Amino acid sequence: MEYFIQQLINGLTLGSIYGLIAIGYTMVYGIIGMINFAHGDIFTVGAYVALAVILLLGISGATGATMLVLALLLVLVISMVFTAVWGWTVERIAYRPLRGSFRLAPLITAIGMSIVLQNFIQVTQGARVKPIQPIISGGIPLFDGRSDGGIIVQLSWMQLLIIVSTFVLMVGFTFLITKTALGRSQRACEQDQKMAALLGVDVDKTISLTFVMGAALAAVAGLMFLLLYGVLDFYIGFLAGIKAFTAAVLGGIGSLPGAMLGGIVLGLIEVFWSAYFSVEYKDVAAFSILAIVLIFMPSGLLGKPEVEKV
Amino acid sequence: MNVTTTSRYPWENDPLLTVENLTMRFGGLVAVDNLSFTVGRGDITALIGPNGAGKTTVFNCVTGFYKPTEGRIVMRHGPGRRDEAVEELTDSAARYARQEDGAVFLLERMPDFTISSTAKVARTFQNIRLFGGMTCLENLLVAQHNPLMRASGFSIAGLLNLPSYRSAAKEAKDRAIYWLEQCQLIHRADDPAADLPYGDQRRLEIARAMCSEPHLLCLDEPAAGLNPRESAELNALLQFIRSETGTSILLIEHDMGVVMKISDHVVVLDYGRKIADETADAVRNDPKVIAAYLGVDDESEIDDEDIRADLHRGEHQAGTQGGEA
Repeated sequence: MEYFIQQLINGLTLGSIYGLIAIGYTMVYGIIGMINFAHGDIFTVGAYVALAVILLLGISGATGATMLVLALLLVLVISMVFTAVWGWTVERIAYRPLRGSFRLAPLITAIGMSIVLQNFIQVTQGARVKPIQPIISGGIPLFDGRSDGGIIVQLSWMQLLIIVSTFVLMVGFTFLITKTALGRSQRACEQDQKMAALLGVDVDKTISLTFVMGAALAAVAGLMFLLLYGVLDFYIGFLAGIKAFTAAVLGGIGSLPGAMLGGIVLGLIEVFWSAYFSVEYKDVAAFSILAIVLIFMPSGLLGKPEVEKV
Repeated sequence: MNVTTTSRYPWENDPLLTVENLTMRFGGLVAVDNLSFTVGRGDITALIGPNGAGKTTVFNCVTGFYKPTEGRIVMRHGPGRRDEAVEELTDSAARYARQEDGAVFLLERMPDFTISSTAKVARTFQNIRLFGGMTCLENLLVAQHNPLMRASGFSIAGLLNLPSYRSAAKEAKDRAIYWLEQCQLIHRADDPAADLPYGDQRRLEIARAMCSEPHLLCLDEPAAGLNPRESAELNALLQFIRSETGTSILLIEHDMGVVMKISDHVVVLDYGRKIADETADAVRNDPKVIAAYLGVDDESEIDDEDIRADLHRGEHQAGTQGGEA
């Protein structure tokens, strides 16, 4: 039982990171119907910028609690700004000129941009793995099962930070999309870009802002990944990106809560499979379950089924 | 440019929109051929003609959907013709120019979203284009996107729910509710627009267009598919809009009951050309219009000798031009 709860916490943490990246995929798909494969690499950029700023500020495990919170917030803001600029630029130079051409063109460019970003990071940052010292350690022991031959279930500060900030971001984001003028115009562009333009909505700007928002969330995920695992290489974005994309599809691509749910489900599957079966087959299990879900629910867990009117 | 100075018609003296020498070609097809007409300020102007006459193409040029092949489309805010300002603007590279008491816009130079937000031209479509997945209220709020965006400071103030944003949001909501009430849709405010019956969707489109506070409202066949009671309600709504807000209306319509009852001014197109430009009464009795509308086959139904003579001329013309209709 203790083991189960511990794995649940671990799965939620991993799932939160997947979910945050998945939102970037799902929002872009929702508004322009393309898969932005470069999004995973934007996540890598976010993690690297965070690493650079952490080293520059000299943040370490010895930093005091208040200072640490402020410093990490600063790190977060800086890496969000960087990834936002990257996201905006990629859209502006690589995707916008191709809007309105045939569907495969932006897809191919997206794969191209992904490779460009990956190689850029490899060349400028080196191909070697970059480690940092753990910054946040310790946690809350939830209960001690040692007397019954079990283990201590612990919610580490790091995990708490990840789960809580993901939750806060999700609430903020849902509010942004459902209640504000920007969110409304995003949904309007999703349904009918031409009509939105005729009502005075600047469609290009709305799409740019969508990329910026997705990229900023990827920076949050990047920082969390760095703090959780403590190592980076230029390739992390590839696998994380594929997983997050899977999460977005699993949840129903185009749906915001779906992306988050898909991320958490994927994280839980991975962690539980590793814990109870074999760790080597965790990706096989995750992707098999994806295939099975899509066979029975083609539009994902929360996606709207596509009804064809005749 | 052919700026006529005749004052026979009131709309020539105080024009809101002038379409001047508009030509639109698609490859070899000339959809609109050297068309000029005027929409008077505060008027209800109808654009009529047989199917394929180029009416919707004119709308698409006015609202920035198409870039016209040739011609000038001038929108004016504030009273008067503003001929000097228009010429000055045409010679410059600018898209619009503001004066103390108004502004002039060259619509053919403006990107589509600014035609609504800056030049204040709104339109509806022949086939309904509501945001089906959003509620009626949200549909109307999207039309007020720009003032809301400005007030929300790119969503920052919106997220923090600052007082400045709250008052702008309330104002937008009040306007939306006002138009929902005028269109008798207030009881459906929170329902998805796609769930409304057809006639209600048509009125919702008009309500949405009005929420952008247009100076000119362009309606593409607003009465299409409405039953007689609904088209009577539409007449009342359009007259209410004109008298209450002063918004000028340009409409494409096939329902002559609607056109003749509410229009001040009727422009008739056939094969992309203007064949009549008159008051509603004058157009009703114009033989060329009758010929274009009824087609030459229906000649036997017309018992006036003069009209028959005209019809034969019209038949000859139609035969040489070919096409649909």
